[in-house]
Amino acid sequence: MFSFDFMQNAYLAGTLIAIVSGMMGVFVIARNMPFMTHTLSEIGFAGAAFGIFIGWTPLNGMLVFTTVSSIMVGELSGAVESRRESVISAISGLFIGLGILFLSLSQKNSSYATNILFGSVIGISRQDVIQMAALSILVLMVLLLIFRNLKDDSFDPVGAQTNHIYRNIISIIFLIMLAFNVSVAAQIVGSLLIFVLLTLPASSAKYFAHTVLHMMALAVGFALFGVWVGLYLGYLTNWPVTFFISSIEAAIYGISLFYNFIRSKSK
Amino acid sequence: MSDTLISVEDLSLSFPNHPVLSGLSFQVNRGDFLGVIGENGIGKTTLVRVILGQLHPSAGKVVIKNGVRIGYVPQFRNIDVEYPLAIKDFVALNFTGLKLPWLSKKERTRVHQVIHQVGLEHIADRPLGLASGGEKQKAYLAQALINHPDLLILDESTASLDPNTKKELLDVVYRLNKTSGLTILFVSHDMQMIHEYPDHYLWLKKGQYESGPIEDLHNENKEGQYV
Ligand SMILES: Nc1ncnc2c1ncn2[C@@H]1O[C@H](COP(=O)(O)OP(=O)(O)OP(=O)(O)O)[C@@H](O)[C@H]1O
Ligand SMILES: [Mg+2]
Repeated sequence: MFSFDFMQNAYLAGTLIAIVSGMMGVFVIARNMPFMTHTLSEIGFAGAAFGIFIGWTPLNGMLVFTTVSSIMVGELSGAVESRRESVISAISGLFIGLGILFLSLSQKNSSYATNILFGSVIGISRQDVIQMAALSILVLMVLLLIFRNLKDDSFDPVGAQTNHIYRNIISIIFLIMLAFNVSVAAQIVGSLLIFVLLTLPASSAKYFAHTVLHMMALAVGFALFGVWVGLYLGYLTNWPVTFFISSIEAAIYGISLFYNFIRSKSK
Repeated sequence: MSDTLISVEDLSLSFPNHPVLSGLSFQVNRGDFLGVIGENGIGKTTLVRVILGQLHPSAGKVVIKNGVRIGYVPQFRNIDVEYPLAIKDFVALNFTGLKLPWLSKKERTRVHQVIHQVGLEHIADRPLGLASGGEKQKAYLAQALINHPDLLILDESTASLDPNTKKELLDVVYRLNKTSGLTILFVSHDMQMIHEYPDHYLWLKKGQYESGPIEDLHNENKEGQYV
C-alpha cells in the first residue's frame, strides 16, 4: 500500500491533521464552538472554489478565506443563541452560494466540488503535504505557547475574566489557528465534514477523561484511529475514505454516549 | 498609619436609566475583614466589578494601592458538568505570570497548599463538575488564593450552603484573615454571618449606604432584624 506515493502522502497528511484536530477539538468543545467551526469550514469551501477560479490551489484559497473571516465569525460566539443561529445560517448559505458561483465561473467539472466538499486523498501532492505539515506544526507550536492561558479562558471563562490574561488576544490567536486547522483538515475529510475530525473525537474523549491533558490525548487517539483505519479501508475497497472516517468517528461517539449512559445509570 | 488597599471616593454608577451606586465612599485597609451587605439587586456585585476594573464608574473613582493582588470568587460561574476538569486542575487554572505549558514544581506545590487550606485534598482528583455545591465553593476559594493575593473578594460564596459547610468555609477565610493578615471583602445578604465574622461593614441601601466598625451594626438592633 505504501508503495504508492499518494498513499504515503495521505498517511503523512492524515496523521498530522488528526493530531492537530484532536487537540484543537478539545478547545472547540470547551468554547462551545462546533457550529462556528462548521461555518468557518463552509466559508472555506467558497475560498477553495475561489482559489481554483483564480488559479491558486484550493488549500490556499481556503486559508485566505477562513483566516480573514475567522475573527468575524468568532465574534459571533458571544452573541445571543437565537440570533447566532440565524446569522450562521445566513453566512453559511451565502458562502456556499459563492462557492458554487466560483466553481461554475471557473468551468471546472463537478468532481472539483465533490472533492472540496467531501475530501479527497488522491489529489494530495507532496507539495501539498509539505504545506499541510508546516501549517500543522505551526498550529501545534502556537497551541503549546498559549496552552495554559487558552485552557484558563476556555474552561473557566468567568474566572479568566479577572485573571489579567489577554482574553481577546488569546481568542483571536485561537480563531486564526482554527482557520488553519479547518483549512488543512478539510483537504482530507472535506469542508462539509469538518465535524468528523474537529468535534467528534473531542466530544467522545470528554466522557472517558479526567483531565484536560487526558482528554486531548484521547481525542488525538480517536482521530488517528479513524484516519488510519479509514485510509486503509478506502484503499482496500475503493470506497470514499471520508465515508469510513466519519463512520468510525460516529461509532466511537455512539459508544462514548452509551458508556456515559451506563455509567450514570449504575451510580 | 493604616495601609489602605482600596479607597473608594464618591463613587457613582448608573446603568442606562438605572442608577445603582451613588456617592459611595469607603476604604479597605490591610488586614480588614469587610462585610458588604444589602438586598438583592442593590448593587453589591456591581461594586465588586468596579473595584476589579470590569465596570467603569459614572462619577468618582476607586483607587487600588499599587501592586495589590486581588483574588476573586465570582457569584456565578459556568462550569460544564461534563468537563474533565479535576479540582486540582481547576485550581491551577488561575496562575498568572509566565506560564510553561505544564505546571512547574513550585506551582504544583502551591496547588497542594491551597487545596489543603480549603480541605479538599481527599477529592482533589475528582472532576469539579461532579463536586457538591459546597465543594465547588471551596474549590473556587482555593483558586482565588493561588496567586497569594493581598485582598480576597468573595461574592455570595456561602449563599447556597448548609450551616456546617458555611461555617467550614468561613472559618478558612477567617483564619487566613487573622493569621496571614489577608484582607477580606465579603459580599453577602446573610445578616447573621455579617454579625459574626467581619470587623467592618458596608450596608448598601436604596440611594444611600452605611458603613463603620461592626459594633455599630450590633448596636443597631432595630435594623438588625433585616433578613
Ligand atoms: N450590565 C448591566 N446592565 C444593566 N443593568 C445591570 C447590569 N448589571 C447589573 N444590573 C442591574 O444593577 C442592579 C444591581 O445588580 P447587582 O448584580 O450589583 O446586584 P447585587 O446586589 O449583587 O444583587 P444579588 O444579591 O442578587 O447578587 C440590578 O438591578 C441589576 O439588574
Ligand atoms: Mg450579586
